[in-house]
Amino acid sequence: MVKLASLDRKLLRDLWHIRAQALAIALVIACGVATIVMAYGTLRSLEQTKDAYYERYRFAEIFAVLKRAPLSLVDRIALIEGVASVDTRIVEQVVIDVPGMDRPATGQLLSLSEDPETGLNHFAIQLGQRPSPVENDEVVVSENFAEAHELNPGDQFSAIINGRKRLLTIAGIALSPEFVYAIGPGQMVPDDKAFGIIWMNRSALEAAFDLKGAFNEVSVTLMRHAQEPHVIARLDFLLEPYGGVGAYGRVDHFSDTFLRNEFVQLRVIGRAIAPIFLIVAAFLLHIVISRLVETEREQIGLLKAFGYTDRDVGWHYFKFVTAIATIGILIGLVGGVWMGRGLTNIYADFFRFPFLHYEMDLGVVGIAVFVTLLSASAGMASSVRKAVKLAPAVAMAPPAPARYKRTLLEQTTWFRKASTGAHLILRHLEHRPLRALLTSLGVAMSGSLLVTTFYFFDATDELLDVYYFLSQRQDISIGYNQSKDERIYYEASRLPGVLRAEPFRAVPVKLKLGHRVERVSLLGVPEGAQLSRLLDKEGEVITLPQDGVVLTDMLAENLQARPGQDLIVEAMDERRPKVVLPIVGIVEQYVGLSAYMNLAALDRVMGGGKAQSGAHLLVDKSQEAAFFATIKETPAISGATVKASAIQSFRDTIAESMYIMIGFYIGFASIITFGVVYNAARIALSERGRELGSLRVLGFTRAEVTYMLLGELFILVIIALPVGSVLGYAMAAYMAYAFESDLIRIPLVIYPSTLATAACVTLLSAILSAIAVARRVYGLDLISVLKTRE
Amino acid sequence: MYTFKTQNITKVYGTGEVQVHALRGVNVEIDEGEIIVLLGPSGSGKSTLLNILGGLDHPTAGEVFFKDRELTACDDRALTQFRREEVGFVFQFYNLIPSLTAQENVALVTEIAREPMAPEEALAIVGLEQRLDHFPAQLSGGEQQRVAIARAIAKRPGILLCDEPTGALDNETGIVVLEAIERVQSELGTTTALITHNAVISGMADRVIFMANGQIAKIETTANKQKARDLHW
Ligand SMILES: Nc1ncnc2c1ncn2[C@@H]1O[C@H](COP(=O)(O)OP(=O)(O)OP(=O)(O)O)[C@@H](O)[C@H]1O
Ligand SMILES: [Mg+2]
Repeated sequence: MVKLASLDRKLLRDLWHIRAQALAIALVIACGVATIVMAYGTLRSLEQTKDAYYERYRFAEIFAVLKRAPLSLVDRIALIEGVASVDTRIVEQVVIDVPGMDRPATGQLLSLSEDPETGLNHFAIQLGQRPSPVENDEVVVSENFAEAHELNPGDQFSAIINGRKRLLTIAGIALSPEFVYAIGPGQMVPDDKAFGIIWMNRSALEAAFDLKGAFNEVSVTLMRHAQEPHVIARLDFLLEPYGGVGAYGRVDHFSDTFLRNEFVQLRVIGRAIAPIFLIVAAFLLHIVISRLVETEREQIGLLKAFGYTDRDVGWHYFKFVTAIATIGILIGLVGGVWMGRGLTNIYADFFRFPFLHYEMDLGVVGIAVFVTLLSASAGMASSVRKAVKLAPAVAMAPPAPARYKRTLLEQTTWFRKASTGAHLILRHLEHRPLRALLTSLGVAMSGSLLVTTFYFFDATDELLDVYYFLSQRQDISIGYNQSKDERIYYEASRLPGVLRAEPFRAVPVKLKLGHRVERVSLLGVPEGAQLSRLLDKEGEVITLPQDGVVLTDMLAENLQARPGQDLIVEAMDERRPKVVLPIVGIVEQYVGLSAYMNLAALDRVMGGGKAQSGAHLLVDKSQEAAFFATIKETPAISGATVKASAIQSFRDTIAESMYIMIGFYIGFASIITFGVVYNAARIALSERGRELGSLRVLGFTRAEVTYMLLGELFILVIIALPVGSVLGYAMAAYMAYAFESDLIRIPLVIYPSTLATAACVTLLSAILSAIAVARRVYGLDLISVLKTRE
Repeated sequence: MYTFKTQNITKVYGTGEVQVHALRGVNVEIDEGEIIVLLGPSGSGKSTLLNILGGLDHPTAGEVFFKDRELTACDDRALTQFRREEVGFVFQFYNLIPSLTAQENVALVTEIAREPMAPEEALAIVGLEQRLDHFPAQLSGGEQQRVAIARAIAKRPGILLCDEPTGALDNETGIVVLEAIERVQSELGTTTALITHNAVISGMADRVIFMANGQIAKIETTANKQKARDLHW
C-alpha cells in the first residue's frame, strides 16, 4: 500500500468530512460537463453522419426546376465551369389515395435515377427493392410515409396521375438525404400521413406526363473550388428558355436548411447553458474553499510554523478543489457520453438517418475538461491566495471575534421593530455580502435555466395560437394542380360541406432590393379575407391595400426593407414578368418568409388573367367524409392540408426534438438550486453551530433555531426568483434570436404561469435541501457547544 | 418546598468497552430561593449534574423532579419549554451571539419569555446600561459575561444555573459578576446553582455541595453567609 503524506491524508479526511457538499458541487460541475459533451458530442456525431449520408447517396449541390427541356441540354449544363456531374429528373405532385385514410394525401413523384454511379440524389433502400425496370406501376415510397400508413412492400395504393387514377404497387421503402425533412404544400411541419415521396421508373413518368426525352428538374454537383453563384447564374441562363424558375443551392434547399437549423439550435443550447453550470460551480467552490481556509487558519499557521512552504499550502488547497472538480468531470463525462449517445439516437431516429456514427470526440472532452478546470480555478483563486499569504504568527493568534456592524438598513424604524431573530438574519446577510450575492445569483441562474427551458413551451403555444387560431382560421386548405382560372373558386365553395371558401394564388418570385435578393412565395389574398388573415405587431388584422406588397417582418429584415420603398418583383413562372411594386406594410409572422398582395392586384401585375393556386376552406364537420371522398376523385385538386392534424404533427415534432432536452435541463436546474442552497446552509451551520446550540440551551425550539439559520437563505432564494426571471427572459431572448431562421422564428413570450412554475421548482429544490440541513439542526449536540471555546 | 429533587441519578457516557461513569447515584434537594455552590475536582461530575438539572441532558438512570414535575419523564419538546420558562443559564464561555448587540442578545430571550423585564433594565442590573449597542467583539470578557448574566436573568427565571461564570475573569470583574448574580437572587428570589473551582466563592452560598468522583461527598450549610463584595481572593 502506498503511504500517503500526512497532508494528503488530511486532504482526504477533509474531503470526506464535507462529502455531501463536495458531491453537490461535483454534481453541478458534472451537469456543465455533461451539457458540453452531450450538446457538442451529439452535434459532431450528427454532422458527421449527415456528411457521410450526403456523400454516400450523392446528394446534389444545386437544384433547378423548369417546365420542360430536352435531354440534349444536359451536355451543355455539364460544360458549365465547376460542374462535376449532372442528373435530370421528372418531378410532379399528385393526389394519392391510401386505403384507410379518409382525406387525400399529397405525393411527390420523382423519376428514379438510372445510373447509381453517375446519377445524383439516390435513396437508401430500407425494405424491398427497386422497381423492376419494366414494371411501370411499381414504386418506392419514403419510409416516413410508409410507416405512417403501415405500408409494406407488396401493398398497393392509388394516385391520380395526370388526371387518371392508377393503382401503384410498393416494391421498396427508402430514405433519402433530400427528404430528411419533407414538407407538403401548405404544411408548417412534416405530416407524414399527408405527404409522401414516390419514386417511379422514368419511362412510366415520361409516358404519363408526356415528357419523353425531356426533363423538368436538374441537379448538379460541384467541383472542389467551383463558384456556386457563378454556376447558378449560368444554369439560370441556360434554363430560362425552358421555363426555369431559378436554380438554388443547398442553402435554399428545404431539408438541408432544416438540418442546419437543428444543428444551430444544438450549438446554441450548449453555448448558452453550459456556462451557467460552470459559473455556479465556480461560485460554490469559492464559498466552500474560502470557508475552509478560514476555519483552518490556525492549522495553516501551524503548518507554516513547522516549515511547510507557502507553495505546499497553496498546492494543498489547489488539490482539494481539483479533486472535487475531477469527481465532477468524471461524472459529467460518463453522464454526457451516455446522454449524448441517447440523444444522438433520438435525433438520428427523428431525422431517419439510415446509419449513425456516434463518436466520443476527444476534442470535445478536452474542451469540457479545460473550461471546467478554468472555472474551478476562478472559484478558488482568491482563497488559495489568502492561504498562501497568511503569516504564521497571525494565523496562530486566537481569531478575532467576528465583527458585525450596524448598517444602513438598521436606521429604519421597521428594522427596530422587527424581532431579534429577524435582526440576526439580516445581520448575517449583511455580514457576508459576497457570499449572499453568489448564493442568490446561483439560485437565480438555476431559475433562469428553468425559465428558458419552459419558455419553449410558451413559444410553441404562442406560435400555434397566433399562426393557426388568429391568422390561419381555415379548417382545410386545398391546392390546385396548376393555376386554373377563377371557376375553381366556385367549385371549391360547392364541394360538399364547404361553408366558406377563399381562394389564394401563390407565385414563386425573386424579390430584389438594392443588392439583396430573396426567393419567396408572393401570395395573393382576396379582399375581405376572413380565413387567412394578416396581423400586425399588435395582433390587429390588417386589410391589404389595393396596390403594393406587404412583407413579413422576417423577410423585411432580410431585405432591410422599409414601407415606402420600391421592390423589384420577378416572377419565376414561364412568362417571368418583372415589375416594380411599393412596399406598403409589414406583418408579424413567425413562420416562413412570404410576401402578400391583394389577389386582384396580383393577377393584374402578373398578366395572363386570373389564376388561383388553392383555397382555404371552412368545412362542416358532419360532411367531412363526403368532402374528402369528393376531392380524392377531383383531378384538379392536388392535395389538402387539415389544420388539426398539422397542429398535431407540429406538436409531435417539437415534442421529439426538444422536450427530451428540456427534461434534462429541468433536472439540471434542480441540481443547481439544491447544490447552492445546500452548500450555503451547511456552511452557515458550520459557522453558527455553536451559536445555534446556545440558542437551543436558552430555550429556543428547534423550529425557531432552524428559522434563524434558514431564514437568511429563504430571503436569498426569494430575492433570486425575480432575478432569475429577468435572467431567464434575457436568455430566452438570446435563444429566440439565435434560433431564428428563414423557416421559423420563435416568438419571445413568457407567460406568467411559466415564471410561477419555474419559481415553484426552484423553491421546491431549495426546500428539499433546507430539509436536508434542518435535520442536522435537529441533531445538534447541546452540551458540546458549552464546553468549547469558539 | 424544594425546587429540585434528584433520586439516585447516574450518568454513564459511552457504551461498550470504555464507559465513563460521570454520576454514580446523586441524591440532592435544592430549596426554593437558596444559593448553592458546587465545588469539586475536575471531572467530578459538576457540569453533568447542572446540565441535567437544567434540562439539557437526560440521566442514564434515576429521577429528577422540578417542583412537582418529573423532568426525567419529559420529552425534548417539554424540556425546551421548561428551559424557556424557568431556567436562566450562564456559561463559562459566555456563548453570546456575535452578530447581535448586547441589548439584542438580551432581547433574544425576552422576546420568548412570559413576563420579562426590559433588556435595558437587565443590562442596568449588571451595570452595562451604557453599552447597549455594542457587539460582543467590542466588549471585554467580563462585560461579555455580564451580558450573559443579563440575558439569563432578564426573563425573571425561577432558576439560575451558572457553570464557572467567573472562570475566565480576573477577581475584580469576577466580583462584579457575582454581585449581579446575588442581586438577582435577592430581588427575584431565584434559586441559584453555581459551579466554581474557587472555594472562596462558597462564602456567598447558603449551602455548598462538594462533589467527588460522580458522587456528593458532603453538603455544608454556610455558617455566616457573606456578601459577594466582601469576598477576597
Ligand atoms: N460527552 C462525554 N463523553 C464522554 N465522557 C464525558 C462526556 N462529558 C463528560 N464526560 C466525562 O464525565 C465526567 C464528568 O464530567 P463533567 O463535565 O461533569 O466534569 P466537571 O466536574 O464539570 O469537570 P470540570 O471542573 O473540569 O468542568 C468526566 O470524567 C468527563 O470526562
Ligand atoms: Mg465542568
